[in-house]
Amino acid sequence: MTLDKVRRGQKIEILSIPDNTVRMQAIRLGLNEGTHVRCSEIIPKGPVIIQKRMQEIAIGRKLAEKIKIRVLD
Amino acid sequence: MSKCHNCEGQPLEIPKDAKKIVLVGNPNVGKSVFFNALTGIYVDVSNYPGTTVDISVGRYKSDVVIDTPGVYGVSSFNDEERVARDVILDADLILNVVDAVHLDRDLFLTLQLIDMGKPIIIALNMMDEVKRNGQLIDIERLEEILGVPVIPTIATKNIGIDKVKENLYSAKVGKRGDFIKLLMNKYGGEIERKADLLMILEGDEEVTSKYNVSDIPNMREEIYRDRRSRVDKIVAEVISEIDRGADFKILLSRWMMRPLTGIPILLFSFFLMYELIGVFIAQTVVGFTEDTIMNGYYVPFITSLMSKVVPSGTLFGEVLIGEFGLLTMTVTYVLGLLLPLVVGFYFFLSIMEDSGYLPRVAALVDRVLNYFGLNGKAVIPMILGFGCVTMATITTRILGSKRERIIATMLLGLAIPCSAQLGVIAALISRLGLRYFVIYTLIIFTVFVLVGTILNRLLKGESTDLFIDIPPLRVPQLKNILNKTYSKTKMFISEATPLFALGALLISVMQYFGILVKIQEFVAPLTVGWLKLPRETATAFIMGFVRRDFGAAGLYSIPMSDNQTLVALITMTLFVPCIAATMVIFKERSKKEALWIWIGSFIIAFLVGGIVAQIIM
Repeated sequence: MTLDKVRRGQKIEILSIPDNTVRMQAIRLGLNEGTHVRCSEIIPKGPVIIQKRMQEIAIGRKLAEKIKIRVLD
Repeated sequence: MSKCHNCEGQPLEIPKDAKKIVLVGNPNVGKSVFFNALTGIYVDVSNYPGTTVDISVGRYKSDVVIDTPGVYGVSSFNDEERVARDVILDADLILNVVDAVHLDRDLFLTLQLIDMGKPIIIALNMMDEVKRNGQLIDIERLEEILGVPVIPTIATKNIGIDKVKENLYSAKVGKRGDFIKLLMNKYGGEIERKADLLMILEGDEEVTSKYNVSDIPNMREEIYRDRRSRVDKIVAEVISEIDRGADFKILLSRWMMRPLTGIPILLFSFFLMYELIGVFIAQTVVGFTEDTIMNGYYVPFITSLMSKVVPSGTLFGEVLIGEFGLLTMTVTYVLGLLLPLVVGFYFFLSIMEDSGYLPRVAALVDRVLNYFGLNGKAVIPMILGFGCVTMATITTRILGSKRERIIATMLLGLAIPCSAQLGVIAALISRLGLRYFVIYTLIIFTVFVLVGTILNRLLKGESTDLFIDIPPLRVPQLKNILNKTYSKTKMFISEATPLFALGALLISVMQYFGILVKIQEFVAPLTVGWLKLPRETATAFIMGFVRRDFGAAGLYSIPMSDNQTLVALITMTLFVPCIAATMVIFKERSKKEALWIWIGSFIIAFLVGGIVAQIIM
């Protein structure tokens, strides 16, 4: 499943980040393949906001469509 | 000696290879609930010999569960602690029940248990109280630091107890502190049981006497102090306070980012910005700085001063103190007009940044900006553009790809009127009335959208997607805002002033050699024939290239019909950016890109203006 399909409140694990540049940026912000985050907000047709510990990150929809994730229950 | 409760006449059987699971915790943390959950009804309560302390023993699966009295630490201070110590020293596995509300107190015992080197699992109890107190505990981080599993529980509501049972045998030996590790390495030699070693190091006489060691010092003081500071550090790291308004902050954050509520909030912010900058600064402050101080005192002063040295008719005189003089116009423009406006703009932007609102605006508008091949970040140069397009163009550096920088620069130069211009435009429009205002705004807006969309289609390559940090919302700190405003304004002055100066220099030279007049004559037919405007407006357009507000102001004095004024304003707004901004564009982009942008603005301005003119006149 990709990040853009996540619902608000769901806890997810990031499986893959496609783009090299984005992956580097992501690691700097604390996100990596295997990181567990929570979806804290979805803006309709807009960015997805994910939350890791106390930190929130906004990810544009087109990018979210490329990031593969797994929902944790 | 052995009292058996509820056991129907049979003593408790303890299997041979049973592991000893010991429950440890401060008094009143809820240990008994866990004990009961593990052992059920077959419990043996016996008195510990030589003390007044009772300990309960029960069975869990094929193991033994032993409850200890609530203690704050393990030692030989009193009976309770002595009993706890003995039971713990013999334990195979420890279930440490911790009161999450008093983490700073309870973790002391936890760290001591970890230092003893026994496998531990922690039940972090009373989590509901923690939430009620407006606190948040980072349990993952706590597990990481301690190196043992931590299970959040609300024992009174039976929450988390099953999970503790499931994970009971995943109890691990935790991470000892560096100081303890050092001591144990140094003095550890002959003592096999590390837990005993710790007791000896902490000066426990009874344990020490069991071994025949005399050279291990009593380091209790140092160890306790070290342990306390470790606890403090851990607590500082894993506990965070949610304000009482925690839920409100989350709500507010959501309102800011979702279109239905976010757009009204944004419009309101723009309105506030307009009131502060457009009304107060642009009129009152600038009126004071530019008219009273600059034109009233400074210009006459410097002119008379310099004319003693340099005659005013010469090229040199023209360049320095002429109409577009370096010492006259440049200084007046930058310090008298732009400085107050830029300070106001940066002040506002700093508030939006420091409060955490700005990145949320970026998230809100990201979807719309995607149509133009931009992402939410571009909102920053766009907003700045209303302050000073020169500055905004420099800010396009923050955008992720060349493609985005080109599109943003084009839109800035074309359709975003800077504050210098806005003031005069507003004055002219107000003369025309609401209907013309709406038409003007619609046309500019349409041009913006069209050009953005077309550029997005035409340009090669891919734009970057939004990927930004959204910091927590907070009340902006005045000190931070003032610092940011100051440093950004300073950067503006140092970067933009040389550009304005250079531009003024060029214009002065052109003026002196009559080139400016020639250009006006050249442009005039276009102005009259195509735009259907009076001949003199060509001068205004050329002036607009020098100083945006001069251009607009120039129109003020030319008698024109309402329709003509509209056409002039549209053309003026879309027209090429001022010379300073033009120079930044040439500096930031390649010569070819910059040329296309400049010529493009020129053509579009006259094209749109002309079409409107043909239609309405």
